Amino acid sequence: MQRIGVFVCHCGSNIAATVDVKAVAEAAKHESGVVFSADYQYMCSESGQDLIKDMIKEHKLTGIVVCSCSPRMHENTFCKAAAAGGLNPYMVEIANIREQCSWIHKDMPSATAKAIVLVRSAIAKVTLNAPLTAGTSPVTKRALVIGGGIAGIQTALDIADAGFEVDIVEKEPTIGGKMAQIDKTFPTLDCAACILTPKMVEAAQNDKIRIFSYSEVSAVKGFVGNFTVTIKRKARYVKEDLCTGCGLCTEKCPQKKVPNEFNLGLDNRRAIYIPFAQAIPKIATIDPDYCTMLKSGKCGVCSKVCSAGAIDYQAKDEFIDVNYGAIVAATGFNPIKVDKYDEFAYAQSPDVVTSLEYERLMNAAGPTGGTLLRPSDRTHPHTIVFVQCVGSRESEDSTKCGKSYCSKICCMYTAKHAMLTREKYPDTDVYVFYIDVRTPGKSFDEFYRRAVEQYGVHYIKGMVGKVTPEGGKLKVQASDLIAGKQLHIDADMVVLAAAIEPDKTARPLATLLTASMDTNDFFTEAHPKLRPVESPTAGVFLSGACQGPKDIPETVAQAGAAASKVIGLLAKDHLVCNPCVANANEMLCSGCSQCEKVCPYGAITYSYKEFRMPDRTTKLRLVASVNAAVCQGCGACTVTCPSGAMDLKGFSNKQIMAEVDAICK
Amino acid sequence: MQMNDNTFRPKIVAFCCNWCSYAGADLAGTNRLNYPADVKIIRVPCSCRVNPTFVLRAFGRGADGVIICGCHPGDCHYTSGNYYARRRMTLLFSMLDYLGIERERTRVEWVSAAEGAKFAQTMNSFVETVTKLGKNKRLEDLRCKK
Repeated sequence: MQRIGVFVCHCGSNIAATVDVKAVAEAAKHESGVVFSADYQYMCSESGQDLIKDMIKEHKLTGIVVCSCSPRMHENTFCKAAAAGGLNPYMVEIANIREQCSWIHKDMPSATAKAIVLVRSAIAKVTLNAPLTAGTSPVTKRALVIGGGIAGIQTALDIADAGFEVDIVEKEPTIGGKMAQIDKTFPTLDCAACILTPKMVEAAQNDKIRIFSYSEVSAVKGFVGNFTVTIKRKARYVKEDLCTGCGLCTEKCPQKKVPNEFNLGLDNRRAIYIPFAQAIPKIATIDPDYCTMLKSGKCGVCSKVCSAGAIDYQAKDEFIDVNYGAIVAATGFNPIKVDKYDEFAYAQSPDVVTSLEYERLMNAAGPTGGTLLRPSDRTHPHTIVFVQCVGSRESEDSTKCGKSYCSKICCMYTAKHAMLTREKYPDTDVYVFYIDVRTPGKSFDEFYRRAVEQYGVHYIKGMVGKVTPEGGKLKVQASDLIAGKQLHIDADMVVLAAAIEPDKTARPLATLLTASMDTNDFFTEAHPKLRPVESPTAGVFLSGACQGPKDIPETVAQAGAAASKVIGLLAKDHLVCNPCVANANEMLCSGCSQCEKVCPYGAITYSYKEFRMPDRTTKLRLVASVNAAVCQGCGACTVTCPSGAMDLKGFSNKQIMAEVDAICK
Repeated sequence: MQMNDNTFRPKIVAFCCNWCSYAGADLAGTNRLNYPADVKIIRVPCSCRVNPTFVLRAFGRGADGVIICGCHPGDCHYTSGNYYARRRMTLLFSMLDYLGIERERTRVEWVSAAEGAKFAQTMNSFVETVTKLGKNKRLEDLRCKK
């Protein structure tokens, strides 16, 4: 017979304000098997946990029910307390009377009645709990970082620094990401390349780091500590080990009309190219969409000029399998497409640019060599209008492609652009139209005020209504909300601070990793405050803007945090496995192999076993057995099994039925 | 749960998968999004753990509505569990039709860990539907009443 203890938490007033905790504790006393029931202010506090330990000993409890917050919050805490009291940690059940009761119901009688039902159902379940022992699984001491931007590079460097091997998978031919395209960084105005490229070199030279550039993750198998990842190494038609990065081929290639994505199509590159001078690895890549040799079999210039013999037109995509203990997603962001915003005439005039394009126009390594020139006629612009929040902070029901969230970085980089423009070209008039200026960061507000006060940038609260290209100018119609009047500005250039969105590769990657995403396709963290760099999927961590809009300092901080979580995981030799796994009752198993087919992990195998029959003969029968180290405990097999031989420890058929009965009573 | 004899309150059993929908329900709580207290949640590791017999058992024991919530298709923590759940429940629906239990009393919904609002909204609409249908009397004879 079970001896159950029930502990009802007040959680200060979080539970006690809407649930009559004393009545719940009293009601629990009358349930069968309950020998102790009490309420307490804060069960998760040290004294609350001590109460659990003491009562387990005093009343010789065989199982406990804690009525408190969600098990996602404190189940572990109470399991540990129970273990410290000498009880098997799996003899604990949580009745979630906070998130799923007191916080959602306002009326005390109905909330209390519901809490009693929830407690009753937890008691019914714990009565059928069996002590479980967790097994262990080994940890592969190698980490994978997906994405080679500043987030991925920093994460990899920090992991390698702790002595663990780490691989970076980057889909582009070079690492560096968005930061490589940026000219200067706020609020210190140091040049992005000067602080990023040494890190890229450091990553390339670190013997613990392997960089798979021009590669993608195509399959992920396994679980925390034991992932097997299939990496697709896209054919770059250049042998990586032979190419010296001399760049002769990129000068001789006759196909000159390829939009240069590194400069956002503001100029052209060749069909064989190295994205930028400091690219890592500095290896040429052939763009199969434009290469005449690959398309029609006629050309071969690059092969002729390459003295290293690195060109290989026959190259094929390669797939390699690598084992990892932990995976970090660092897939980053992209500005949204702004063509849909007809009012800003982005598609109509080349002089309407996005902020990232403006960044390239300001960059000394950019298409104009750092001289600010209008893309249309390559003249110097005298009036520039910046429009903030293009696609950010839009109402949910908007028909545009906008986002409801604040993209966070636009206020600051627009201030930076405005300031740099005024500094380089003091004869330029700079207008910034904003909804709010948001500068919550160290030295951020000072930076913005400098743009206004020292550099004389015209900040105007209001939105631009329409941009009309007319006679080589851009007629900007806008409203000044503070002065309460309409403005007409003849601008030479309009710069749109486009909202940022997660990279398009993030969604399919999340599916491969079984990591969850929010409605905007940002990765969800395990807990928004307490576990901000872990995904809810064990062994998968988050770094940088793939989790939410971030500036560079925040990205680097999060990258370091993710790395420290990875190091914490890889430092362990073994991980404790979830003991709530499936098990087959061999006496009931008919050997139909249905469960083997539905198991997503291949944890079920079939083998012949000898059974003693009632007539004292022996018989060989095919029966299922579950590999506890591989089983993840989803329970798919338990429902598939036609004879009821499969059951899931911790969530057995009997336990769930008992919960159903208790709720429906 | 019978509040008083005049107003009918349905008994609703909600099976929620641990990774998405249970977390979504927690989020509804964290955001203080109200839904009726008639909904009682049973946590299961995955929607594919829900045996159709659990649903039948609930109806047999007096539940007026059963809802199964899992991760969105493609987002299952165990890769494919919710697809199994969807298929099994589709079969169960035709059996429930055969038993004469109104189709609206059973529902399968996908609620992610980020969709607290959707969880509350789903529960509100489900409770409303079941309340309109009234007491489930079809399997009453099978109930084991003490």
